[in-house]
Amino acid sequence: MGKIKLTSVDFAGTKEQEAELRKMLKELKGTEGALMPALQKAQGIYGYLPIEVQKIVSEELGVPLEKIFGVVTFYTQFLLNPNGKYDISVCLGTACYVKGAGDVIEKIQNRLDIAPGDCTSDLKFSLNATRCIGCCGLAPVMTINGEVFGKVKADEVDAILDKFKD
Amino acid sequence: MKKTISDINKIKEDLKLSMSIRKGARVVNETIGSEKFMRTVLICGSTGCASSHSVKIYEKFKQLVHDNKMDDQINIVKTGCFGRCASGPIVMVYPEGSFYSQIKPEYVEEIFNEHLVKGNRVDKYLHHEQRDNPEIKNLYDVSFYKKQKKIALRNCGVIDPENIDEYIALDGYQALIKCLTRLKPQEVIDIVKESGLRGRGGGGFPTGNKWQFAKNAEGKIKYVCCNADEGDPGAFMDRSILEGDPNSVIEAMTIAGYAVGSNQGYVYIRAEYPVAIERLQTAISQARDYGLLGSNILGSGFDFDIDLRYGAGAFVCGEETALMTSIEGNRGEPRPRPPFPAIKGLFGKPTLLNNVETYANIPEIINRGSEWFSKMGTEKSKGTKVFALCGKTNDTGLVEIPMGTTLREIVEEIGGGIPNGRKFKAAQTGGPSGGCIPAQLIDTPIDYDNLIQIGSMMGSGGLIVMDEDNCMVDIAKFFLEFTVEESCGKCTPCRVGTKRLLEMLTKITEGRGTLEDLDKMEELCYYIKNNSLCGLGQTAPNPVISTLRYFRSEYEAHVVDKKCPAGVCKKLVTYRITDRCIGCSLCSRNCPVNAITGKIKEKFTIDTSKCIKCGACMSACKFKAIVKE
Repeated sequence: MGKIKLTSVDFAGTKEQEAELRKMLKELKGTEGALMPALQKAQGIYGYLPIEVQKIVSEELGVPLEKIFGVVTFYTQFLLNPNGKYDISVCLGTACYVKGAGDVIEKIQNRLDIAPGDCTSDLKFSLNATRCIGCCGLAPVMTINGEVFGKVKADEVDAILDKFKD
Repeated sequence: MKKTISDINKIKEDLKLSMSIRKGARVVNETIGSEKFMRTVLICGSTGCASSHSVKIYEKFKQLVHDNKMDDQINIVKTGCFGRCASGPIVMVYPEGSFYSQIKPEYVEEIFNEHLVKGNRVDKYLHHEQRDNPEIKNLYDVSFYKKQKKIALRNCGVIDPENIDEYIALDGYQALIKCLTRLKPQEVIDIVKESGLRGRGGGGFPTGNKWQFAKNAEGKIKYVCCNADEGDPGAFMDRSILEGDPNSVIEAMTIAGYAVGSNQGYVYIRAEYPVAIERLQTAISQARDYGLLGSNILGSGFDFDIDLRYGAGAFVCGEETALMTSIEGNRGEPRPRPPFPAIKGLFGKPTLLNNVETYANIPEIINRGSEWFSKMGTEKSKGTKVFALCGKTNDTGLVEIPMGTTLREIVEEIGGGIPNGRKFKAAQTGGPSGGCIPAQLIDTPIDYDNLIQIGSMMGSGGLIVMDEDNCMVDIAKFFLEFTVEESCGKCTPCRVGTKRLLEMLTKITEGRGTLEDLDKMEELCYYIKNNSLCGLGQTAPNPVISTLRYFRSEYEAHVVDKKCPAGVCKKLVTYRITDRCIGCSLCSRNCPVNAITGKIKEKFTIDTSKCIKCGACMSACKFKAIVKE
């Protein structure tokens, strides 16, 4: 069970999303054990489960918010933080670290103004620090949506991120 | 549209001949000619083959058949798993029984033109065993299948899982018809009891007794649940059954509902199995459409329906009480037993819970009788067991073997032995809850009781084969990392105990362990085992206990000599450049920490104080001049 971390992204749910969510919850209300399917569908609508969404679920189903929060944080598939359009992973395994992965991740943090585990407020980038991904010969290594960038220097970070503008 | 019993029987009769060809029946060509389809092509559409583009292969065949206006002569079918995942994607052509393996989309046109149109088998794409041996007429003649006995997997890789008619054609729903028309609920339970079937999810509790408890329990509302939360690393039996033959589970749950007096079933399936979920949904809606689920099933007056509930990524929810707590909409934490689920289970009502593979056996047992089933296997373990064979064998995949088959038969005959001339070291069964079987016990007949006696367990059926290159301390550590991550945290022995155990194992793999640690670990294992609330904690120490029992010398090598004999534990290995070095400098250029120095055309050296043991030099060297010791 990992550390609980609330999102740093401002909630940007639309009226349409809320209407869809409330409608779905009204249909589910009264079903035995409705909470799990409700949360799964809510995450389907918003992509994650911020506290604002949990509050709506709580209101509609009549389940206390603290219970909902307990359930959300128990299961690894429920996300408190959205995934960005571009998911950046920086390897902090030993080889990458001694070759300067620490500088690389710091540079990314400064540029995007987020900490590892967070997502930018425009939902474009999320950042993660990972353990060794097994290509030490390319150290330091980062991946963006699975695409591998090897022998990355901190001053190349800007150029790499600029490729993912849209 | 709702069907009557005679409608069901008619579907079966109509498809009987064309389906029997797929089971390897030798039908003379003239007979097939009179059938609707001359040829049938089966393509595996399960997760394994699908990840190497089998769906594209299927669509390409379909397109070619359609473009050539041969739809009434060639039947292209997307099936479930054939079991032989290492040879995927698999394409089978009947009536010949040609077994094409590792097919790529670009081969499809040639197979279509040569084989399907002209009738000439394309030998170069055939599986090598069939190509080299004319005696092998069918998939089921190759060595991987010869020792297998398919009951739970009887329809996987044979039928189209998205077409209920094909299930019906191979005796599907006949068991349900038999129960509803000719057997009283107690008679159904007696058959299950007499068959000797035991729970295939790992525990091995007699299934018939479980059904009896649920039937005897007082209460108007009862539930029938199916545990499809298959979470062991390396195990995929349940996924394959649900992807390849979802109706067998639906039929069995309906029979169970009839036997114990329940009208509502739930399948708890992990969300990581999207294909299985989709096929199960399709099968449920087809069954409802035919009136095989819902109210007044086949005019019998019996009502039963099934809903799906999805897991959300918590291993502990495979434990029966945690699973029910999760369906109820809570954190998936286990609860103490008693009361047992049969008395007070889901939503506080009597509940019957069985695993996917257990259910898949039920229709065959009802159809063929308990005696047929109990003739297979050993004294106390009847029938067959499906294993997901993986790790260091030449062939990997799903195997279903009669109980009592030895590990040697599985590894050497079915799995084709260990690759690269290495030696068998051990096999791990039961995943993170199980233990290892060392080489000296390779001839042990596999059944529930034998496995427990040698310190492992049947588990849900993961079977990981290891050779000399695997470090047993490292394996134990791997499984402990898993249980620490997945412990729900409710009870202290599991939450804190497994963490302390992992710390000690880490210390040993890093060369900081002492002999005293080994004794402490054994003591801690004992406490965790005896004091944890649920199966997760009670079995979590098993990988440590069994590796300590059979490979203590390997632990001692880590502790006393500070060496990892298998060369796995990074902190304990050193890299050295031997005299084979020609001084090309490739290693030094690949070293991420500049630990390798030397003069061109002279032997290079590694500065072990700088080396981080990443192995980049060893994989870069073209002259095998770098050794790990």
